[in-house]
Amino acid sequence: MSRVKASSFDGPDESGHFGPYGGAFVGETLIAAVEELDAVYSKLGKDPEFWAKFDRDLKSYVGRPSPLYLAKRLTAHCGGAKIYLKREDLNHTGAHKVNNTIGQALLAKHMGKSRIIAETGAGQHGVASATVAARLGMECHVYMGAEDIVRQAPNVYRMKLLGANVISVDSGSRTLKDALNEALRDWASNVDNTYYIIGTVAGPHPYPKMVRDFQSVIGREARAQALDEFNRLPDALVACVGGGSNAIGLFYPFLEDDEVEMYGVEAGGKGIESGRHAAPLNDGVPGVLHGNRTYLMVDDNGQIKETHSVSAGLDYPGVGPEHSWLKDVKRVNYVSATDDEAMEAFHLLTRLEGIIPALESSHAVAYAMRLAEKMGASKKLVINLSGRGDKDIETVAKIEGITL
Amino acid sequence: MSRLKKITESAERLGRKLLIPYLVAGDPDNSRTVALMHSLVKSGADIIELGIPFSDPSSDGPVIQRAVERSLARGTSLKDTFEIVSEFRQLDTSTPVVLMGYLNPLEIMGYDVFVERALLADVDGVLIVDMPPRESGELRDKLQKAEIDTIFLVAPTTKKSRAKDIIQRTSGYLYYVSLKGVTGAAITEQESVSEKLEELRALTKLPIVIGFGIKDEESARSMAKLADGVVVGSALVERIGSLNAEGFNQNNIDGCTDIIKAMREAINDLD
Ligand SMILES: Cc1ncc(COP(=O)(O)O)c(C=O)c1O
Repeated sequence: MSRVKASSFDGPDESGHFGPYGGAFVGETLIAAVEELDAVYSKLGKDPEFWAKFDRDLKSYVGRPSPLYLAKRLTAHCGGAKIYLKREDLNHTGAHKVNNTIGQALLAKHMGKSRIIAETGAGQHGVASATVAARLGMECHVYMGAEDIVRQAPNVYRMKLLGANVISVDSGSRTLKDALNEALRDWASNVDNTYYIIGTVAGPHPYPKMVRDFQSVIGREARAQALDEFNRLPDALVACVGGGSNAIGLFYPFLEDDEVEMYGVEAGGKGIESGRHAAPLNDGVPGVLHGNRTYLMVDDNGQIKETHSVSAGLDYPGVGPEHSWLKDVKRVNYVSATDDEAMEAFHLLTRLEGIIPALESSHAVAYAMRLAEKMGASKKLVINLSGRGDKDIETVAKIEGITL
Repeated sequence: MSRLKKITESAERLGRKLLIPYLVAGDPDNSRTVALMHSLVKSGADIIELGIPFSDPSSDGPVIQRAVERSLARGTSLKDTFEIVSEFRQLDTSTPVVLMGYLNPLEIMGYDVFVERALLADVDGVLIVDMPPRESGELRDKLQKAEIDTIFLVAPTTKKSRAKDIIQRTSGYLYYVSLKGVTGAAITEQESVSEKLEELRALTKLPIVIGFGIKDEESARSMAKLADGVVVGSALVERIGSLNAEGFNQNNIDGCTDIIKAMREAINDLD
């Protein structure tokens, strides 16, 4: 595999480009808002006080650092590399999403915004947004596809308990991409008092950079924990990729370490060849959606295709622009796991380790198991366990024909 | 001289306000879109903005979203949009047609093919709502070479320094968005529109038209007073929505475009 020079990983450039990807493709009404956000973040992002506050919140409110756990029985089951789990499932609210909402809430507060909006697919980002809004006493509106509201009912109720207004989105395919459209419309309509917390490394600049910076705590911790635990860096990192925030969070602090192989696992749905998946990096082309240029699932006429995945959080036709870049420069391998493989991994991890993973994270587990098998016993592999599966038990039960 | 220039200059000479209806290509179907365009011209439209259907119209309100869904349900594409323009051109070679839409269909078609087809179909201008001037260089250069105008939006949130920048890259006319929001919302701050228009006037000689939120004769008149013309989208598209269930019938078509006739009359005595 040919590799680009380490210095090429300092992206994005000033206007938010990672190579040909990224940028800020939004309507004129929102340009002033994204430019203001960029200006504020450029300044605050260099302020050590800001990061100290962020770290304090992560420690005392989120419960960081999250452990790096050696999954002994899973390792034995696969019979290859030692498998470690980065336990983002243990974070407050149950996923990595909260790392980002803590950071963006600090920005919202700093900017004097009184109203928070968010989009959500699996509901994890919605819950994480509702949580920080409750904590700061801010008004919170969460857009969620009508389809996802059914799939992720427990999270809808959690958001409501936290005081958020959950708005059902009935347009288009009624999933995450449509929730994002609706949030953008809300933002344009309420731009003066509203802060939009995007839940992944997508959207217009500066979101992909900003969300990456907040999520990079995962990789920074994992790096230190690996050095502490086994005195060297891991050989491979594996994370699921929806929009790509948990993956970039783990990968980013390792990008310059040539010896570390990286695998982003997209949702293979019913199989890449079936076309019924959510894997734009495996089976997509570059285009423009939701504020940035990136790989997308589109038809010949440039319409965004409907996606399919058993996990709502991966059911998105695009991906963060930095991943598109990392694919093109061949720094990260983008692979996939199907619905069935993810379901199998879900059960296996639950039974072998007593850890119920989110269906999103189960995709990473599924691929990592295949990979570990092929690696020698002296190798170390880290899976980003991005979230816990409590939210998914109804979905799993339903697939298996069980009524709760 | 380009068609847009010809029309806008003669309107200025005659003190005629520009009336620019917007409709979605393929809503309710391709042939009725062509019929609607002709009927709009008869009703007093000076320029037609033709929407390219896109699955994710994130700057549009519910009325236009539904129109796009109707159009896409029948499979209307960017290629069909060009065919609609070509068809319209068989009978009308004088009314400028501006394509309005989102960037992705153009990216997937490829800019070169897009411009080539636009030229072939005899399109006059292009307005891409999610392509900010800063990201527009390549497409704008190609359009310019083909003598097709690139139109940009200015919004209530646009700062003066940025407006200057936008104006530099705009040809044809400048489109001022009357409100902070999506298409089809209601204009609430008429005073700020007036202030902003004065500011823009001082920066450019381009014709300035106002759009978003013009829904009846009264709003058309009050906005046309402040500018060189008005764009009418959702109010017309809402009526076209009612065509869906009905057969092809010239009376129904003209019934939809009556709203444009009424607006024409309402703004005719302004100068
Ligand atoms: C647990 C979990 N993992 C992963 C994802 C996918 O998002 P991303 O790719 O941004 O990490 C989600 C999204 O909802 C999630 O809830």
